[in-house]
Amino acid sequence: MLSCGSFDRGFLKKVSGAVEDEYRCQVITEECHLDLSPYYNPARRQYDGDRLLNQIPACTTSEYFKIIGLFRVDLYIPILTYIFGQAILGRQLAIASVFRLRNELYGLKQDDDILLSRTIKEVIHELGHTFGLVHCHNLSCVMRSSTYAEEIDLKGAALCPSCRSIYLSNPTLP
Amino acid sequence: MADKISILIVDDEDSVRDSLLNWFLEDGYEVEAAENAKKALQLLEERNFNIILADIKMPGMDGLELHRRIRSLNRETIVIIMTAFASVETAVQALKDGAFDYVTKPFDPDDLSHLIRNAASQIALRNENEALKERVTTLEEVDDIIGHSEAIVRVLQHIESVAQSNASVIITGESGTGKELVARAIHANSSRKYFPMISVHCGALTESLLESELFGHEKGAFTGATFNRKGRFEMADGGTIFLDEIATISPKMQIELLRVLETKSFVRVGGNREITSDFRVICATNRDLAAMVRNGTFREDLYYRLNVVNIDIPPLRERTDDIPLLVNHFIRKYCTSMSRDLITIEPSALKHLEKFEFPGNVRELENMIERAIVIGNGREIKLKDLPLGAETPENSVESLDELEKRHIEQILLKYNWNISRSARALSVDRVTLYNKIKKYDLRQKE
Ligand SMILES: Nc1ncnc2c1ncn2[C@@H]1O[C@H](COP(=O)(O)OP(=O)(O)OP(=O)(O)O)[C@@H](O)[C@H]1O
Ligand SMILES: [Mg+2]
Ligand SMILES: [Zn+2]
Ligand SMILES: [Zn+2]
Repeated sequence: MLSCGSFDRGFLKKVSGAVEDEYRCQVITEECHLDLSPYYNPARRQYDGDRLLNQIPACTTSEYFKIIGLFRVDLYIPILTYIFGQAILGRQLAIASVFRLRNELYGLKQDDDILLSRTIKEVIHELGHTFGLVHCHNLSCVMRSSTYAEEIDLKGAALCPSCRSIYLSNPTLP
Repeated sequence: MADKISILIVDDEDSVRDSLLNWFLEDGYEVEAAENAKKALQLLEERNFNIILADIKMPGMDGLELHRRIRSLNRETIVIIMTAFASVETAVQALKDGAFDYVTKPFDPDDLSHLIRNAASQIALRNENEALKERVTTLEEVDDIIGHSEAIVRVLQHIESVAQSNASVIITGESGTGKELVARAIHANSSRKYFPMISVHCGALTESLLESELFGHEKGAFTGATFNRKGRFEMADGGTIFLDEIATISPKMQIELLRVLETKSFVRVGGNREITSDFRVICATNRDLAAMVRNGTFREDLYYRLNVVNIDIPPLRERTDDIPLLVNHFIRKYCTSMSRDLITIEPSALKHLEKFEFPGNVRELENMIERAIVIGNGREIKLKDLPLGAETPENSVESLDELEKRHIEQILLKYNWNISRSARALSVDRVTLYNKIKKYDLRQKE
């Protein structure tokens, strides 16, 4: 997990711990000092998620099975007005941002616990896509699609039994 | 859904095709892309697509012309036109020509998923043949409604008969009788089960908060509201809204609620756009609404709109034959969640439970059993483990919170404050455990 932006250490530890638990794998957190200014789109006042996703491998010198970049800035892709994160299905890379997950932006009270829980779900969700998982209809499955922040609160942080068995039967798992 | 829904994307821009392809693949659809109308028509000669998403402006043949050609080929395909902001008028023309809908680039992810969901449900409706409609349905997810008393059997039959309809339901019953449980069972047995059931605790909200909670607000409606916020009615689109403690809403909200139920549309706070939502309403109350109508504190018109079906859950003291089953159910539930061996209950303790009044109904019984498991000897629940005397659970020495705190502390100690392992032992997720640690202000001793 690459932390791109200044995140609280405790926060990162909780996120990576949750990922380790869910996927039963080891998670290494690296700080990444990528200069984001080339990815800024002044007209949209957002950062280009497609180009950032492609830039992720260049941010680390180590070899990883999967890499997810965690950002603080508002991400977009040309065809969508915003994204919480994105991944390429069945491939190595994913990104996610905490920006739109914050309650304050919707006129609600700041809530660090909700922010943490939404971030954990987003990261596990995007990584799920890198493992080839698609969206799931199970109401409490983390792979259920969420297109607005409070929708993330309706689902759980874990794979449902059916997604879990698809994950475990993934032939690329080491 | 039986077959996967297939989507064809037609756009001359690489990035648009790639992004949408990935988006729909992740959404579980079968997708192909074509970079111009000609290629799209070639693909269409080989096979059919359920949905075609076509850009309006493309070199060569444009989206409108493509739409006309597709219509002459196959009337079943749903065509959605993608347009830049400048060409909205042309898109409106496409609608007149019979296109399903149009979207303006860049899309709001939520609008896009809505649009595709609407198209998909239309396809599903078309495909739903008579045989499917007539299939025998058995109740799902009612396993956790425990009881074999006449009263509970009647409630279950009631659930079965109303679940498939869209009728509004009022669930009545004293506190702790299982009203929310019944609401969930109705939702889970309806065709709305793939969409959420959204709960609103009307009693816990002030009037101004309730409005924004139910209808949402437009960005800028409050200081700090940078983005729109969906209200509960909007979140419940396709699903069910559960209005708990409906008797507590103010006269003003009663009028607003009636209007929303009649029109299925509303305006967000600070906005002017009409938003429509397809939801089913289930309400719950422990008050006598009919009496409130008689004395004028609850609107009669609203009452009749909500009260199409009434499911009444009798208090536990009127169905004491359910008590042994419930006791066993809760023993299993809590022993499992505390990772303990199953325990039993002393016959005399059970006798006393069957005679108890239970003002707090099933919830009170559940709390009693949980507490007894924590404080007991680990083999058998004894009469002395149950607060059945003159004292009520509230004024007993040890509150449930206190017990929970101690139990969590013990588990944390046992696993040396390893959060993952403790959370697993407690059968909760890590976030829940962190929240509990914070709530009880637990700290690792050096
Ligand atoms: N028949 C039942 N079988 C198993 N559990 C039950 C049953 N009835 C109630 N419960 C349990 O009792 C608790 C209270 O139920 P629920 O929240 O549905 O009650 P309620 O009527 O909505 O209460 P309130 O009016 O206080 O909101 C829940 O934990 C629920 O699982
Ligand atoms: Mg309730
Ligand atoms: Zn996703
Ligand atoms: Zn799933």
